[in-house]
Amino acid sequence: MDLRVTDLACARGGVPVLEGVSFALSGGHALFLRGPNGIGKTTLLRTLAGLQPALAGEISVPPDSMAYAAHADGLKATLSVAENLRFWARVFGTRGIGHALERFNLVDLADRQAQNLSAGQKRRLGLARLLVTGRPIWVLDEPTVSLDVDSVHLFGQAVREHLEEGGSALIATHIDLGFLAEELELTPFKAAPRDLEDFDEAFA
Amino acid sequence: MIAILIRDMALAIRAGGGFGLGLAFFLIVTVLVPFGVGPESGVLREIAPGILWVGALLACLLSLDRIFALDYEDGSLDLLATAPVPLEGVVVMKAVAHWVTTGLPLVLAAPVLGVLLNLESGGFTWLVVSLLLGTPALSMIGAFGAALTVGLKRGGLLLSLLVLPLYVPTLIFGALAVTRGAQGMATATPLLMLAGITFACLALLPFAAAAAIRVNLR
Repeated sequence: MDLRVTDLACARGGVPVLEGVSFALSGGHALFLRGPNGIGKTTLLRTLAGLQPALAGEISVPPDSMAYAAHADGLKATLSVAENLRFWARVFGTRGIGHALERFNLVDLADRQAQNLSAGQKRRLGLARLLVTGRPIWVLDEPTVSLDVDSVHLFGQAVREHLEEGGSALIATHIDLGFLAEELELTPFKAAPRDLEDFDEAFA
Repeated sequence: MIAILIRDMALAIRAGGGFGLGLAFFLIVTVLVPFGVGPESGVLREIAPGILWVGALLACLLSLDRIFALDYEDGSLDLLATAPVPLEGVVVMKAVAHWVTTGLPLVLAAPVLGVLLNLESGGFTWLVVSLLLGTPALSMIGAFGAALTVGLKRGGLLLSLLVLPLYVPTLIFGALAVTRGAQGMATATPLLMLAGITFACLALLPFAAAAAIRVNLR
């Protein structure tokens, strides 16, 4: 269950943002992506998740092994916490949402509609989705936004448990999550500004 | 994939889900037309098939932009695209959910509203049959249009402009089947054409729509 990235270049809105990114991530390990706003952390993660094509380079990853969590949690406001989670469990073909609810302290909120949750509670629900996907490689884009200190701790624990079970995590974050892991600073990979020759504006 | 169908139907029925929007619009059109056209039953009888089909078509159009726009806004479309379900399957399920919550109620309500428009008694069966055959195509074409415009702010106008020309064949053959049925003529040809359009849409458009979503998510 290795994620291997070699010489990857990716673009946002037709403008190359990163080039020459190489790293490897094996089971049981986590990797933090660091870098200032706008350096291309989200773009890199979206490229890895397969949502946009890479400009150059190679991504080698076992099929159906990545769980992607973006800035938006993908929650439906009129569904309850349990219904939201159960939907994703069914889509990913896994069973049981009890563990995920417990892990992120959502048991008491299970029957509440997602529109009545606070921002932090919504985020916790969005992160609980990772557990029901049952996938080994977590690709997380600033997972701790709007979480309080206790919830960050809760999340750190969930990631550590996931690593102990042989999973891995690639996390773009600005803060300290309470455990040590390798870090990858993205600033040196910043692409030189240039125009793409075959940039097709209508399909950017 | 069934989970997507169930979720979309649950969302449509809950508060703010838009269920009943198309039905209410259909009702309003068919109730207002007799007032506008006047009480001569002959005129109404003649235009009833056309009005019923145009009403159903516009009612379908109303809720199209919700098919993918809401999922795009809250991020679930990204997550669905990375989930172990083919995007083509997601498109089909969303089109089916749209049909069940919009098209099917129109089919069921049409005979009742046909009475208001003084539809010939022979036409009722064909009205239901033609709508049953034709409305799935409306939902599928609509899902394709919604996939093309997903990610555009206020894409509703563009969506209508894209989709309306594609709706024309369905409208022509659907209304023709009802007109011919009401006059006691054979309806096999328009109904076969209608079924052909629907099946062609169901067979081809999921792939086109999924490709459009992939491009729009980039």
